[in-house]
Amino acid sequence: MKALTFTLRAEPPERLDLSPLTPQGLAGLDKRAIQEIRLGQSKLASTVGDMFRVSGSDPDSIVIEGGSSRFDGVALGMTAGSLRVAGDVGAQAGRAMRGGQLTIEGDAGPHAGSGMRGGRLEILGNAGDHLGAPLAGELAGMNGGVLVVRGRAGACVADRMRRGLIAVLKGCGDHAGSRMIAGTLVVAGGAGEMPGYLMRRGSILLDRAPKSLSPSFVESGAPDSVFATLADRHLVAEGILRRPLLGKAPRKYGGDNAVLGLGEILFPA
Amino acid sequence: MPRLNVNGVTIDNTFAEAFGMRATAIVITAPNRKWARQAAVTMTGFATSVIGCGCEAAIDVELAPSETPDGRPGCRVMIFAVSTDELQKQLQNRVGQCVLTSPGSACFAGLDGPNELKLGAALRYFGDGWQISKKLGGSHYWRVPVMDGEFVCEATVGMTKEAVGGGNLLLLAGSNAKALAAAEAAVAAINDVRGAIMPFPGGIVRSGSKVGGKYKGMMASTNDAFVPTLRGVTKSELEPDVNAVLEIVIDGETSEAVAAAMRAGIKAVTRLGPVKGASRISAGNYGGKLGKFHYHLKDLLP
Repeated sequence: MKALTFTLRAEPPERLDLSPLTPQGLAGLDKRAIQEIRLGQSKLASTVGDMFRVSGSDPDSIVIEGGSSRFDGVALGMTAGSLRVAGDVGAQAGRAMRGGQLTIEGDAGPHAGSGMRGGRLEILGNAGDHLGAPLAGELAGMNGGVLVVRGRAGACVADRMRRGLIAVLKGCGDHAGSRMIAGTLVVAGGAGEMPGYLMRRGSILLDRAPKSLSPSFVESGAPDSVFATLADRHLVAEGILRRPLLGKAPRKYGGDNAVLGLGEILFPA
Repeated sequence: MPRLNVNGVTIDNTFAEAFGMRATAIVITAPNRKWARQAAVTMTGFATSVIGCGCEAAIDVELAPSETPDGRPGCRVMIFAVSTDELQKQLQNRVGQCVLTSPGSACFAGLDGPNELKLGAALRYFGDGWQISKKLGGSHYWRVPVMDGEFVCEATVGMTKEAVGGGNLLLLAGSNAKALAAAEAAVAAINDVRGAIMPFPGGIVRSGSKVGGKYKGMMASTNDAFVPTLRGVTKSELEPDVNAVLEIVIDGETSEAVAAAMRAGIKAVTRLGPVKGASRISAGNYGGKLGKFHYHLKDLLP
């Protein structure tokens, strides 16, 4: 079967909620039913048929040809299959994903991968603020899965992250890994001010010394680290990085001692 | 008993009788080969026989840096026991006392399988609250802070119920030196067989045993039928020119591994020949009623 493909007709006139367009959301629907799904969030009430030309039939493999920063909630709660967007997306792409593979070939807005629990989200462009982070009022951010940003990410990457792996390859804004509960955040290309601010546990792996740290982080030496090798090898094997990030004996800062203090920031010596 | 002859070495038409066991394998790595071996040798000490040691364990193969999860030199160690509970206990105690303590060591699962034993999941408590759980891809590691940095240990390891313990070869020779030469040749050959270990000292047993004995409470006692000095007083299996017998005991991950190891051993001993080594190869069994696995020597000729 050919991938179910949605080709954007023109720039949307309103914000669209694309969350119905997931493999599990479209399973068993015929083309007519799919075209009638409402996406528009204003009184214009655009439907799938208004916005996209629909072709193909395999809902396990969805392609959205064309992007817009007005595409919100792409792949919300996706559990399996694959979804590829050939373009930009708006807010909350891949939010609460549990499985499957989401690829965004352009840029993503804020809260991409928010509260992810599984699967893999790959953003080839840049991501906005609060990557993988919880929405206001939620207790935990990312809770599993793999989130890769090939470009740059905004502020508060991995805020309140609890499990899983986030990798940002061209640098990120301030307060990366703020309030982390656990999990692993990798930032190549430089993090902004005070990475790991108020982190409890978890690992932040950097490709260079952080330019500033909260004063409640403590220098913790640089013994040989098997974990650093395992992490390096994993990142290369997964195709996330091309070369090792940390080396055999990275330097470590422990913190944030303003809270629990069991977190770590590692970077090459 | 009809006998076969290969390169002047007589091979008895008999069989080795072996038993089903539980087994697991771990990969120990260290900053260099010396310390990987040291940790492995220490944790497989006093692990010759389940009769007195609780388990049988030895190094299966040494691994090059390219073959280990962390790119350092390593050893694959196999451990065999009669029950899952005993295997868990032995694994935990031995890794905890001998690998965790060894400088620069790390410990990984060396066997996959539907059945799992706790590895790091049991040892993590040594971290006293500062241990760190890490999941990378499908692997779960525990990182335990120790005085030279961190002991990294995979959380669980697979266990197989298909393992076989007690494959054996008896090497009969005209002198002690010849018996030892034959046994050493067999050990060297079997060391190259993956998935098979020889748990006794250097792979060799000089005190082969039979089941039970005249004294109450003895699970095993000397195998008098193969003791040269008892030829006059017992129903001996030995001809007059045999003066020393050594045994190789083999445990394998699978029945095939045991057979491959015995085949390699027989090949090495027959190649050495009766002038330098053993004049006869036999095998130990209990009449075929106790063990599920029978390895007939005639099927394993080179």
